[in-house]
Amino acid sequence: MTAKIEVAALSKSFGDHQVLRSVNMSVGSGEVVALIGPSGSGKSTLLRCLNLLVTPDGGRVRVGGQSLDFGTSSRLPGTASLAKFRAGTGMVFQQFNLFPHKTVLGNVMEGPLTVRRMPRAEAETLARALLGKVGLAEKADQYPARLSGGQKQRVAIARALAMQPEIMLFDEATSALDPELVGEVLNVMRELAAEGMTMVIVTHEIAFAREVADRVVFLRDGVIVEDGPAKQVIDAPQQEATQAFLSHFHRQRDN
Amino acid sequence: MYQWDFSFIWSYRWLFVNGTVVTLLFTFGIVVLGLAVGLFSGLLRLSRFAPLRWLSQAYVEVFRCTPVLVQLVWFYYALPILSGIEMSATTAGVLALSLYGGAFYSEIIRGGINSIEPGQTEAALALGMTPSQSMRRIVLPQALKRMVPPLMNQSIIQLKNTSLVSVLAVPDLLYQGQAVAHDSYRPLEIYTLVAVIYFVILFPLTLLVGRLERRLARAD
Repeated sequence: MTAKIEVAALSKSFGDHQVLRSVNMSVGSGEVVALIGPSGSGKSTLLRCLNLLVTPDGGRVRVGGQSLDFGTSSRLPGTASLAKFRAGTGMVFQQFNLFPHKTVLGNVMEGPLTVRRMPRAEAETLARALLGKVGLAEKADQYPARLSGGQKQRVAIARALAMQPEIMLFDEATSALDPELVGEVLNVMRELAAEGMTMVIVTHEIAFAREVADRVVFLRDGVIVEDGPAKQVIDAPQQEATQAFLSHFHRQRDN
Repeated sequence: MYQWDFSFIWSYRWLFVNGTVVTLLFTFGIVVLGLAVGLFSGLLRLSRFAPLRWLSQAYVEVFRCTPVLVQLVWFYYALPILSGIEMSATTAGVLALSLYGGAFYSEIIRGGINSIEPGQTEAALALGMTPSQSMRRIVLPQALKRMVPPLMNQSIIQLKNTSLVSVLAVPDLLYQGQAVAHDSYRPLEIYTLVAVIYFVILFPLTLLVGRLERRLARAD
């Protein structure tokens, strides 16, 4: 199986602080990978390098047929090639980042209209179908300010899906939600995974990662410490750092 | 006790009407040009290229940190000597006041754009928009709403600043008032009327700005 996402020798520093140290990772087509690790471990930066919201200092990022190289020898890709690259990757943010001046329907149509130049009628049909999929068809004409956090995040997922991306990236998609609203968002993500979407998920929901992810990747200090089948990494971590990180989760579960 | 007498003013009515029209046209011109300059300069200030940011900042500081009356006089008397291009008092006035206003508009526009959360741009870029699409479709529409009250405030100040062009003999409201005062020997009535006309134009506008600000505060 050829990998859908391939990251090679990826490095990134913010000032003196090296956030990613030559990270190698690949994600197969239809695979769901959860990135876990303590805060500051580089997991969000790694995720943001996959759609180049963070520009790597060095290494290579490939998603599907599109590949970009970063480093001293090659020039930085221009804004047009960055935009083209990102159009094939969907991203969901911790803070939703819905467009407050557009309706729910307008939010979901925005990508197809502006980026894909899709005719309005076609974009609306697509957007309404996706809103139905995330269970929010009846909210199409509302503004985001009127929605709950869980509803906002489901709209954000529909907005990303409207670009018909090859992969979906989730950056702590449930961390800003009230506990009782987490479930509805996780359900949508679970369905996507079951449909065979290639997904990379940065999450603190260890139980969800264990259940939905095929693989779990544990990062610390910008290095992949452990990478393996989800149940194996979470239930029987091999590395001391992984064991220490997961001990809190295991204590909670055993009680 | 001074005996007020406004009865003679009727015979000068067309001078006041003409002066008011000139003032309003002048204001319209310098607001439109100033906004264009301000938008351009404000966007330059947010450019990825440092020299463009410096250029914009230099422009803003030069026009913010010199008195507008000095700028008017400089554009009328000094610029033609330096550039060799003769210009009318009106041209010099429009140029100086547009650039002066543009410096303030530029800061308002920059501030408005900066007030939009970075997450909005990130979400737009993540969809595959180019930075300019993200600016046009996502950031500017939200920022403009926040900018409207301060931009209107600055435009009100701009209307008042047009009274300075009377020193270059542009026949605006104040200039006509001065002419009538010299002619009638009744400066008290004349300058009071001039003040009242400015107030009658501007007071409704400030009320409108206040209403917009309150509506915006509710919407947030």
